[in-house]
Amino acid sequence: MINTYDVLETIRMIQDDCLDIRTITMGISLLDCIDSDINVACENVYKKITAKAARLVEVGEQIEKELGIPIINKRISVTPIAIVSAACKCSPVPFAHAMDRAAKDVGVNLIGGYTALVPKGFSAGDIELIKSIPEALATTERVCSSVNIGSTKTGINLDACKMMGGVVRECAERTVDSACFGAAKLVVFCNAVEDNPFMAGAFHGVGEPDCMINVGVSGPGVVRAALRKYPDADITKISDVIKEISYKITRVGQLVGTIASKRLGVPFGIVDLSLAPTPAVGDSVAHILEEIGLEKCGTHGTTAALALLNDAVKKGGVMACSRIGGLSGAFIPVSEDAGMIDAAKSGALCIEKLEAMTAVCSVGLDMICIPGDTPADTISAIIADEAAIGMVNNKTTAVRVIPAIGKGVGEELDWGGLFGCGPVMPLKKESPSKFINRGGQIPAPLHSLKN
Amino acid sequence: MRAVVTVIGKDAVGILAKVSTKCAEYNANVIEVTQSVLQDLFAMIMLVDITKLNSDFATMADGLTELGQTMGVKIHTMHEDIFNCMHHI
Repeated sequence: MINTYDVLETIRMIQDDCLDIRTITMGISLLDCIDSDINVACENVYKKITAKAARLVEVGEQIEKELGIPIINKRISVTPIAIVSAACKCSPVPFAHAMDRAAKDVGVNLIGGYTALVPKGFSAGDIELIKSIPEALATTERVCSSVNIGSTKTGINLDACKMMGGVVRECAERTVDSACFGAAKLVVFCNAVEDNPFMAGAFHGVGEPDCMINVGVSGPGVVRAALRKYPDADITKISDVIKEISYKITRVGQLVGTIASKRLGVPFGIVDLSLAPTPAVGDSVAHILEEIGLEKCGTHGTTAALALLNDAVKKGGVMACSRIGGLSGAFIPVSEDAGMIDAAKSGALCIEKLEAMTAVCSVGLDMICIPGDTPADTISAIIADEAAIGMVNNKTTAVRVIPAIGKGVGEELDWGGLFGCGPVMPLKKESPSKFINRGGQIPAPLHSLKN
Repeated sequence: MRAVVTVIGKDAVGILAKVSTKCAEYNANVIEVTQSVLQDLFAMIMLVDITKLNSDFATMADGLTELGQTMGVKIHTMHEDIFNCMHHI
């Protein structure tokens, strides 16, 4: 028995409030592709990806049609390439080209996993990979890269922080023609997760099975529309409303993942409970916070409102799916969220507030344009600050900042599409160079000793 | 397997007839129909059996969407699973 109200509600959520499945991401292990001959290894990588993901896009589109819900992205994540390329003892850039070619041939728009995991130091292949990131991202179209430089258990690798400041700058410098887009495909993590379906930070951890489907849901517009019906409710009621709507959103993610895994013959991993915005009107996390009662996102109260929002999303979603994983936090990619762009342009939202939000549930300083003359050491220090927040709070934090080469505060970078456009945000001018150049390892915090 | 066909738009003569004829073309059996007209707004929800379709689901969904465009109404054809999963525990 189908209930008219339920049917119309579902259709309204999809048609008017931008409910969609943000991504179906296939994680593929490349451990069995390793070879000391880089040409053989790259060929193995290409063959494995194209074999496993041959039907990914087709099945995604089928499900989209049958359920009547858009599935925005079909993507692939692979084993960190630093591990796969270690035996080759040379620059791993050819792996990026093999990944890019495979991604184009199977029709996915992004492929993640040009990654090194160095929270406690560098092993074979790691330094070569980190150094090659600017070239890999400038010479490929769809490859995404990430580097994990710290964790609660290990502390923070300050040497890696220092390197990454320079790498981020170089990525932007080498892609000035495409609005510094190279830096938008690079994420620096603390406490990176192994089953994250969201780009640019997705990679397929070594603890994962050979192949697996992970799903990321979305729906800021739906949450906002639900809240609009309760303009005067108290905050506990607001939390309940978010929980209810989050349950419904997540159920669709679970359904899509189950069907996709069955049709592709690949086990279903996790649903990532994150509210991912898009630049589309009505699909903004900032607008939810404003609906809760802030005049502008970024003002005092933003951190508390975001903490409430994300907690309620998790509580609602947890019962709706069999396994939760990935980042499951709040995504605040400034350039991809119409409300955040507005708030940043008006000056209400500053980088310090964005940093504060990562202490409660935001997963990082994401898609933030910084002045083009920002020194590498300052970027390293931004990374170190974020990593410290992640390390101490036992959570994932990430940095994806884009130095707007040749531009300053008041100007903007525009990529169009899902990546949106971002105003250049001001940073502090005082130098952190001495601190960053000390190098070494920031020891793990006391509360990492749990045993 | 069942699908839910939703028709929303301005009321006119023959909407139900045309939609059910189209369903019959694809060998989709109509199981249940709920219809209401509020002021000028026509809303109909049809539950159809799609186990014996003579085409694939996407073709039927596209056919119905096109029919809706010719009649000036919006037709959505969606598998019933999405409604069941969202609204039932």
